[in-house]
Amino acid sequence: MKTMMRRLLGIGLAAFWLGSGAATPPPPLPAGTRPATTADHTQFAALKGPFKSGPEVTKACLSCHNQAAHQVMKSAHWTWEKINPATGKTLGKKFAANNFCGSPLSNEPRCTSCHAGYGWTDMNYDFTKQDNVDCLACHDNTGTYKKFGTDAGHPLYADREFEPMEGPPGKKAFKAPDLTRIAQHVGRPGRANCGACHFNGGGGDAVKHGDLDSSLIKPSRELDVHMAKDGANMSCADCHTFNAHQPSGSRYAARARDPHGIDLPKDDHDRATCESCHGTAPHQAARLNNHVSKVACQTCHIPAFARGGIATKMMWDWSTAGRKDADGKPLFIKDEHGHLKYSAAKGDFKYAENVRPEYKWYNGVVHQITITDKIDDTRVLELNRVEGSASDPRARIWPFKVMHGKQPYDTVNKTLVVNHVFGNDDTALWKNYDYAKSIQAGMDYAGLPYSGKFGFIETRMNWFTTHMVAPKEKAVACQECHTRAGDGRLAAIRDIYVPGRDSNDWVDRLGTLAIIGAIGTGLVHGTVRLITRRREKQS
Amino acid sequence: MNAERIYIYKRYERFWHWSQALLIIVMMVTGFEVHGSYSLLGFAKAVSIHSLAAWTLLTLWAFTIFWQFTTGEWRQYLPSLKNVAAMIRYYAFGIFRDAPHPFHKTVVQKHNPLQRLAYLALLAVISPLIWGSGLLYLFYADWPRLGLDAVLSLESVAVAHALGGYLITAFFFIHVYLTTTGHTVFAHIKAMITGWEEVAPKH
Repeated sequence: MKTMMRRLLGIGLAAFWLGSGAATPPPPLPAGTRPATTADHTQFAALKGPFKSGPEVTKACLSCHNQAAHQVMKSAHWTWEKINPATGKTLGKKFAANNFCGSPLSNEPRCTSCHAGYGWTDMNYDFTKQDNVDCLACHDNTGTYKKFGTDAGHPLYADREFEPMEGPPGKKAFKAPDLTRIAQHVGRPGRANCGACHFNGGGGDAVKHGDLDSSLIKPSRELDVHMAKDGANMSCADCHTFNAHQPSGSRYAARARDPHGIDLPKDDHDRATCESCHGTAPHQAARLNNHVSKVACQTCHIPAFARGGIATKMMWDWSTAGRKDADGKPLFIKDEHGHLKYSAAKGDFKYAENVRPEYKWYNGVVHQITITDKIDDTRVLELNRVEGSASDPRARIWPFKVMHGKQPYDTVNKTLVVNHVFGNDDTALWKNYDYAKSIQAGMDYAGLPYSGKFGFIETRMNWFTTHMVAPKEKAVACQECHTRAGDGRLAAIRDIYVPGRDSNDWVDRLGTLAIIGAIGTGLVHGTVRLITRRREKQS
Repeated sequence: MNAERIYIYKRYERFWHWSQALLIIVMMVTGFEVHGSYSLLGFAKAVSIHSLAAWTLLTLWAFTIFWQFTTGEWRQYLPSLKNVAAMIRYYAFGIFRDAPHPFHKTVVQKHNPLQRLAYLALLAVISPLIWGSGLLYLFYADWPRLGLDAVLSLESVAVAHALGGYLITAFFFIHVYLTTTGHTVFAHIKAMITGWEEVAPKH
């Protein structure tokens, strides 16, 4: 009783002390909100404007953030170069081959509309000029900043009318964004900032990745448990943490496993793996945790990609490009869903939604083909073979979107080629529809050897499926892998014993025989008993 | 026939027998689903129920071993080769001619010599195979910690366990058939339910 009195007295005193105007700690933030900033950018003199160009804004930004451009210039967002740590090969958009648009070389003004900079129009671009860093692409918080598709990374500075190549005929009006207002409303990058480029990889919404498209701006919980408002309500950079403008997360080779597990504030501030938050034994059931050594999180937790209602491109056949209608006009044909299925500029396409990934062993090493590599044209060319097997302790089973392609290559030198597609000149493919000219121009521009003879090679490309994580109740069910059915999810992975799928034929045969024998013996013995007893009774 | 009634199966023994029967049936049904032979409950549910039944049966065995030793009933399982030939002859010929059963069941000797051999085989061969492989299977996640991953493969353990499953299932069907070979078809089953068995008076 005495202690209770004392306790009550203590609480009363504490309340008095708090009420008497002493500093109270701020209440914790409600879940899903972000810490408030300490600066109001509308009040900075440097941002008063008016700004007439992107580089002018950048100059203003750098007048305070004096390290920002130097940091950005080291990042892949700026250099478009990356050394593959496993193979030592220099990769990046300038070198690595893909089976979408091909090479940015000779097509810069179009491709660099997704460069984190301004004015990369050709190979002589000055990568050291700070003012050319585009701050707004990532930091615009108004949602109105937009890099124009053909202006080498610049937004429009005046309203423009423009007829998109594959769109409906007729000019469309495009408005120039208000740079001054945007410069005064900057902050942390949101989903739309990253998505402006990453959702539109390959030339349009959802085209390239399959697990990244504009449905992730306002996803349902079922589509993305991390980004949904009624889920964790996180944005891209919450996982792809940035350190001095260096993004974390995979480029050409995702981390096959993250043995470090949960990242605390004292750790490396790199949270781009599931394990960074969920640890290395994330399930309550030990049986599920048993899978972690062989199966990547994504394999079970992303049952399908392109789940947000936007189809992703599954096949791109460049070999059929160039067809024209009776009037000699290039053909553009849409399918019943409104997707372009044929483009005179690009060839044939196939799209799909809700696609079950393909599964492969992956140990962290990707063998990425570059445009200068010698290739074997006697079979389908895998542009980025992922390494791994059941016996490799670093490898786990990962899900992939496998993109099918058919693309031009040099049939004599056995290399892929740089194809000059974009430009208002007499060689660009999208203007002249002539591969002989466009490839020659592309290879000349890149300074690469070209025999003058080209053909088309079938290619495959593996895209890591790692976004669009479903809530746990929508994870892949056990029997989708643990099944003898020929269409089981792991049907293609034969070098590991999967309970419920695999068995020993001899044990099955002999065991079945033993059971049938046991039942048969009983039946026969019992029948004979029945007959003989009856006879005995009759006699 | 002038029958004599003896109280042959005590209450715990009957409880043990029937709960074990139920657990084994559950494990056969779920085990073959996990094996991939058919799909009934779904793989996940089959695995959970199979494991739960296994742990329950292990617990039951812990009590039963205690019971066997405190009551001395364990001696019922000591094998003897005496009269085995007579038992075989009975099942092969005598049973069809209504010949007298060569074994006289008593409270201290309730298993015939063939039965003893069968239970010994069950205990010495099938049981270690099935429990050994089953427990290894269950603790697959701990193999690296125990250094077992270097010497064992999941496949060998799974195949051994499946073999055990086939053997116990074959045993099960023979066992059920043999329960009908009493002096009436249901005499043995009735005895296992009530504890009382009618046995033929000694000749």
